[in-house]
Amino acid sequence: MPPAIRRLLRDIPTSVGLLIVLVVVALAIAGPWLAPYPGDASASHLIRRLKPPSADFPFGTDNLGRDIFSRVILGARGALEVSLLVVGASMAIGVPLGLVAGYGTGWVSEAIMRVTDVFLALPQLVLALALAQMLGPSLESAMIALVVTYWPFFTRIVFSETGQLRTALFVDALQGLGASRTRILLLHILPNTASPIIVRATIGLGFTILVAATLGFLGMGATPPDPDWGLAVAQSRTYLPAAWWFATFPGLAILFTVLGFNLLGDGLRDILDPRLRRSR
Amino acid sequence: MSAPILDVSGLRVSIHGEAGVARILHHIALRLERGRIMGLVGESGCGKSTFIRTILGVLAKGGRVESGRIAFDGIDLLAMSDRAMNSQIRGRRIGFIPQDPLLALNPLFRVGTQLLEIMRNHAAPGDHRARLLDLLRRVQLPDPEGALRRYPHQFSGGQRQRLLIAAALTCAPALIVADEPTTALDVTTQQQILILLKELVAETGTALLFVTHDLGVVAQTCDEMAVIYAGQMVETGPTRDVLANPRHPYTRALLACHPDRSTGFASIPGTVPPALHMPPGCRFAPRCPIAQSACPARKPHLLTVGPDHTADCILYETAA
Repeated sequence: MPPAIRRLLRDIPTSVGLLIVLVVVALAIAGPWLAPYPGDASASHLIRRLKPPSADFPFGTDNLGRDIFSRVILGARGALEVSLLVVGASMAIGVPLGLVAGYGTGWVSEAIMRVTDVFLALPQLVLALALAQMLGPSLESAMIALVVTYWPFFTRIVFSETGQLRTALFVDALQGLGASRTRILLLHILPNTASPIIVRATIGLGFTILVAATLGFLGMGATPPDPDWGLAVAQSRTYLPAAWWFATFPGLAILFTVLGFNLLGDGLRDILDPRLRRSR
Repeated sequence: MSAPILDVSGLRVSIHGEAGVARILHHIALRLERGRIMGLVGESGCGKSTFIRTILGVLAKGGRVESGRIAFDGIDLLAMSDRAMNSQIRGRRIGFIPQDPLLALNPLFRVGTQLLEIMRNHAAPGDHRARLLDLLRRVQLPDPEGALRRYPHQFSGGQRQRLLIAAALTCAPALIVADEPTTALDVTTQQQILILLKELVAETGTALLFVTHDLGVVAQTCDEMAVIYAGQMVETGPTRDVLANPRHPYTRALLACHPDRSTGFASIPGTVPPALHMPPGCRFAPRCPIAQSACPARKPHLLTVGPDHTADCILYETAA
C-alpha cells in the first residue's frame, strides 16, 4: 500500500469522510436497486401518508405516503450528479484560465485575473436566485449559477501555483532543452498543480450539494416530484413539529454528505500539501 | 584554425524593464571549436547566464538582442524562430546542463519518463530506452535500470547532475552549454563531475561552454577561457596563457584574489556597477588601478596580445 494511502487511513476524521463519500457514491450508483420502494421516486400512496418510522418504513413516510428511506437513498444520485457537473464545469473553465494567466505576465493574464476577481465578488446564493428568476426556477439555472460563481476559485489556485512554477528551474531546464510552451504547460506544470485542485474540488463537491439543497429548499432548484433532499426539507415545513421524521432524515442526509466531503477534502489537503497542515 | 562550432561577435543584449533599460551584455565575442572546453568566468551578475540564455534563445521577459551575431555551426541562431529553435537546435544540437541539479527535474515524474520524453522529441528514432541506459552507464550512474523507475528526490545531488548531463547528451549535440553545473555540489562530487565532463568531451568530440565563477575549475578543466566583466568580454585565450600571463587589469585583479596566489584575502576595490547605470567605455575603468583619462571614451574591442590571446584594454592599443 502506498504510504499516502496508509497515512490517509490512519487519520480517523479523513477515513470517516472517505467512508461517508464511498457510501454516498454507492447509493448514487445502486440506489434504485437498494431502495425498498424504488417506485416512490414519483408514486404517491395517500392512504399511508405521514406515518412515523416503523419496521416497514424506517424513516417514516411523507405527505404523499412515500417511503422517506427510499427517497433519501434515491436523492443521492441527483445530489452527486449536480455537484459533479458543477465542479467539473468549474474546473473546465477555471483551470485553463489559471494556467494561461499564471504562465504569462502580460495584459492577458492581468485581464483574466481582474475578471476572475469580479466573479469572485458575486455572492453565490444571490446570483443563483437572480438567475432562477430570469431563467425560471429549475435545476439547470441553479447549476449555471453555481458554475458561474465557482470557477474563479480554480483560476486563483492554478494561477498562484503556476506563477511559482513558471520560475522553477526545471521549467528553465525544459526551455533550454527545447520543450514547447504548450508541452511545458500541459505536461509539466498542470500535473504539479493537481493536488490543490483535487482538494478544492473535493470540498467543492460537498459545498455544492449544500447550496443546491438550499436552492431546492427555496424552491429555486429541483422541482417536485424529484427525490431531492433540499426539496423534501422544504415540503416538510408545514408538517412540523408533528411529523419530525419528514424533515429530519433528508436533513441528516445533507449534513452527513457535506460533512463527509469536507472531512475528506481537509484530510487530502493535509496529506497532499504538508505546508498547509493545520494543527489538530 | 578549423571552422568554429560557436562564433559570437559584437553581441549586445539589453533588458527593457520598468526601471529602464539595462545594457546587460556589451560587446561579447568568442570562438569555440569542436572538441574544446571553454570556461566563461566572471563575477555574479556580470551577464554569464544572460549570455547562455541568449545562445539558447530563451531570454527573460524584456530581453532584446540589440546587435551582434551568434553563429552555431555556420547557422545564424538569432535569425531563427522560436519554433525552429525548439525543433532543430535546443536539446537536439545544443545540449543544456542547468545550474542546480536539485531543482532542474520535475519532481512529479519518474526520471525515466522525463529523459525518454526528451529523446522522443529530439533524438533520432530507434530504441530510445536502450540508448538511454547506455548513456546512463556512460555518466557512471549506478543501477541505470532501477534509476529510470525512481523519482528525482530519490537521487543525491551528484547523481542528479549525472542524470542532467545524460539529458544534455541524449541527442549527441555538437555543443553543450553548462551554466555553473558544479556550483551546487560539494567539492568531491564536483571533482567527479568535472572529470566525467572532460572524459565525455574527449569521447564524443562535442564542444563544451562552461560557465563558472571558480577559477580553480577553469584551470583544471578548460582548454580555453573567456573573462567577462559587467557584460563586456575583457580577455580570451588559452587557459594556460591567460592564467600565466593575464593581460587585462581585471583578469589580473581577479587572479590576485585567488587564495592560492595571494597572502591574506585580497579583493578588488569597489563593486560591479549596477546594470541600469553602466559606465561608458570600458566598464572596468572606475575600479581599474591603472585607468587612464581616455578609458571612458574607448569603444570596446578585443586586441590581440599573443597567439590566440586577446584582451580589451587601452594599454595594448598603441602596442598593436
